[in-house]
Amino acid sequence: MSKFKKKKGGEMPAVNTASLPDIVFMLLFFFMVATVMRQNTLMIENKLPQADQVEKLDKKSLVMYIYAGKPSTNFKSQYGSEARIQLNDKFADVKDIAAFIAAERAAKREEEVPFLTTALKVDSKANMGLVTDIKQELRKVNALKINYTTRKGNALEGLKK
Amino acid sequence: MAKRAAPEVNAGSMADIAFLLLIFFLVTTTIETDSGLNRKLPPMEDSDEDVIIKEKNIFQLEVNRKNQLFLKTGGEEKVIEIKELRASAVTFLDNGGGAGDNACQFCQGKKNPRSSDNFDKAIISLQNDRATEYDTYIAVQNEIIAAYNELRNREFKRAFPSLDMNFIEAENAYSDARTTPATKAKLKEKLEQIKILVPQKFSEAEPKSN
Repeated sequence: MSKFKKKKGGEMPAVNTASLPDIVFMLLFFFMVATVMRQNTLMIENKLPQADQVEKLDKKSLVMYIYAGKPSTNFKSQYGSEARIQLNDKFADVKDIAAFIAAERAAKREEEVPFLTTALKVDSKANMGLVTDIKQELRKVNALKINYTTRKGNALEGLKK
Repeated sequence: MAKRAAPEVNAGSMADIAFLLLIFFLVTTTIETDSGLNRKLPPMEDSDEDVIIKEKNIFQLEVNRKNQLFLKTGGEEKVIEIKELRASAVTFLDNGGGAGDNACQFCQGKKNPRSSDNFDKAIISLQNDRATEYDTYIAVQNEIIAAYNELRNREFKRAFPSLDMNFIEAENAYSDARTTPATKAKLKEKLEQIKILVPQKFSEAEPKSN
């Protein structure tokens, strides 16, 4: 019955952690590749409204972003507290939208242009006057596909705050 | 000759360094894709021909500067809450009050002669004030889309019971990269059919400037 006898000095062998760095590096490379750094620095408050009937906006290369909202605290003294439009990295006026769309279109291949979508990332406390102005500008330059970017959530719950 | 052992670099802290980098990238990563409400703006037209629409076929919504919602349809005007909007929009769209050529084949509503004729004739119109808040507007849009989706889901299930999925599920399956092209083609045809049956006739009037 010596088969089941305990070995003498049966210490737990140390787990070999030599391959741990390899595993971690593998994860690291995955996240390095998957990371998309933010393209635009937001200069406005941008708390998106909530909605639940949403559709995904894939093909990120075919999306043009228009931001709107109140200037964030750093810029308040300079730009006031009224909601403004932000295109790329700077504040813009409604009439700059046409030029912005033209520039975005010029940067894309011709066959992709009809599939371009404009994503409106508008702060939930902005007023509709601004949004309507943006929409009118977009109609003028015939950029008709738009997407009101929202967070996923209950639209009615979002209103109560 | 003295046997010189090659000095070993202590790699014990390698894992720590890698972890540090890993955590940095984990925190900065944004994998989520944006999602939102897709809409199509009406093209700018020079000729503004007035189309004559029967009053009973319009579901007229107005959001004022205090974010209150007014509804005018079927000869009555009232203030409603946004949470009632979905149900009343469905009732309006699904009414099926038309007769003869305008009869609605699949509507399950009350057939009120003072409300909409059929899916194709029913129009939802939305007007907002310039001072309306954006989140109210989005909530209203969301509810209207929800009403259309509810009907489309129902009609999809009725038309294609063998698929055992509703309109939204079918649309998700269609945009899923894992779906085979053959299935996609079939789904697309069915989705189009339902989209034609229950069209989103939604018009936005230009806001009042005051």
